[in-house]
Amino acid sequence: MPDTRWQPSCDRAALAARSAFYRTIREFFYARDVLEVDTPLLGNAPVSDPNIEPMQTREGRWLHTSPEYAMKRLLCAGSGDIWQLCKVFRAGEAGRRHNPEFSMLEWYRVSWSLDRLMDEVRDLVRALFQTRWAELPEVRMSYASALKQFAGIDVHKASDDDIAAVGISAAGQDLQLGRDGWLDIIMSHRVEPALSEETLVFIYDFPASQAALAKVSCDADGNPVAERFELFFNGTELANGYHELTDAEEQRRRFEKEADGRPLDEQLLSAIEQGLPECSGVAMGVDRLLMHLLQAEHISDVLSFDWPRA
Amino acid sequence: MANYSTNEFKSGLKVMLDNEPCSIVENEYVKPGKGQAFNRVKLRNLRNGRVLEKTFKSGDSLEGADVMEVDMEYLYTDGEFWHFMATDGSFEQHGASQEAVGDTVKWLKEQDVYTVILFNGAVLTVAPPNFVELEVVETDPGVKGDTANGGSKPATLSTGAVVKVPLFINIGEVLKIDTRSGEYVGRA
Repeated sequence: MPDTRWQPSCDRAALAARSAFYRTIREFFYARDVLEVDTPLLGNAPVSDPNIEPMQTREGRWLHTSPEYAMKRLLCAGSGDIWQLCKVFRAGEAGRRHNPEFSMLEWYRVSWSLDRLMDEVRDLVRALFQTRWAELPEVRMSYASALKQFAGIDVHKASDDDIAAVGISAAGQDLQLGRDGWLDIIMSHRVEPALSEETLVFIYDFPASQAALAKVSCDADGNPVAERFELFFNGTELANGYHELTDAEEQRRRFEKEADGRPLDEQLLSAIEQGLPECSGVAMGVDRLLMHLLQAEHISDVLSFDWPRA
Repeated sequence: MANYSTNEFKSGLKVMLDNEPCSIVENEYVKPGKGQAFNRVKLRNLRNGRVLEKTFKSGDSLEGADVMEVDMEYLYTDGEFWHFMATDGSFEQHGASQEAVGDTVKWLKEQDVYTVILFNGAVLTVAPPNFVELEVVETDPGVKGDTANGGSKPATLSTGAVVKVPLFINIGEVLKIDTRSGEYVGRA
């Protein structure tokens, strides 16, 4: 038997679909006068999110897990609206819908609200999915209403024990998680499978404890919420957007809280001290979008060479 | 036994869950963009065949289960145990309890080969081949000419199993039975 591991993991149709995708994305942003940028893959500091495992080179550089930090430094330097399509790297993330190296589309809109950014995300995804779905319907619901409707939880009032009880029943065992860990279980086990099919579903106003790098404000009922949205489509998460945190001191506190021994990105912190303009930004998984368009079962079906073959 | 981490989970891996030997059917890695990674796992309990779904934190591990699947020939029963012998030339013999034999008892014929699952060296389950050939020991007399559609009647086979057969079948005939459905397939 000849060794066939040199061969691509996807077929030519998938290569062509990706190429068409990239063309649509470029045309979309050129038409809107957003600047395409190219930031380094290898940086001096790692991502701060403890749930994301960055890869490190022998020189001590970190492969970026998203272009967020460098793009924010550009925004601080006065770039204006920017977008980037690049490879990002996350150690250990391998599965049917994950490859440790994957393609991310990220963009920032200066002075835009999160609502306006959701409109733009919707328009882009519709353009990308045009050939399969002529006009995809759209639904927007708050995190609290999604949990209420699909898991029977009032997320702003429920105690940690109430949430853990629903989480344990969803997981089939007690995983000894904190409140946010159980909420993630409930989202992925109860909410995501219940969302309308063939519909772009935006979930917004996340719990303040899941703010990451988003601003925290109060919703209409006075509950503290993260100004953040996620886009779900047919059971998968496609995009994650923030009304970006611009407060340098708050940014440093969040970094220090979650760093867990990782060095902080002082260059980003200095940039935000200089001033990050009010903006909203979003990151989108391009391979996942392609999987939907091509109805692919496995992410390797849309990659030229998946992780084992790379 | 070795421990297996979630990133080594794959279909067919035998692991211990709540002191029960299980076989992994499906393993899906789930990772929110922001948030902890999980593995959603479907497992089949090898003792009772039930499929259960459990979620694990990625990186958690389960102990491997000492489970072996062996082809064995059925020898005889002494009333308490059903005795099998390995067909690999080792002549290794094992006695299976009534619980381990379960429903397969109605398809057991001397010298036929069964799939025996050994757990910690003892018989856990006995699975029949998809098709067995058994003789009819009791049924109403056959009706001549009725070979196509219409009508069936019960027939008792040499193992005691009762299956529905067409009206033309007679005592002494050997029938091919699908053990998955318990249905008559044809004359052997």
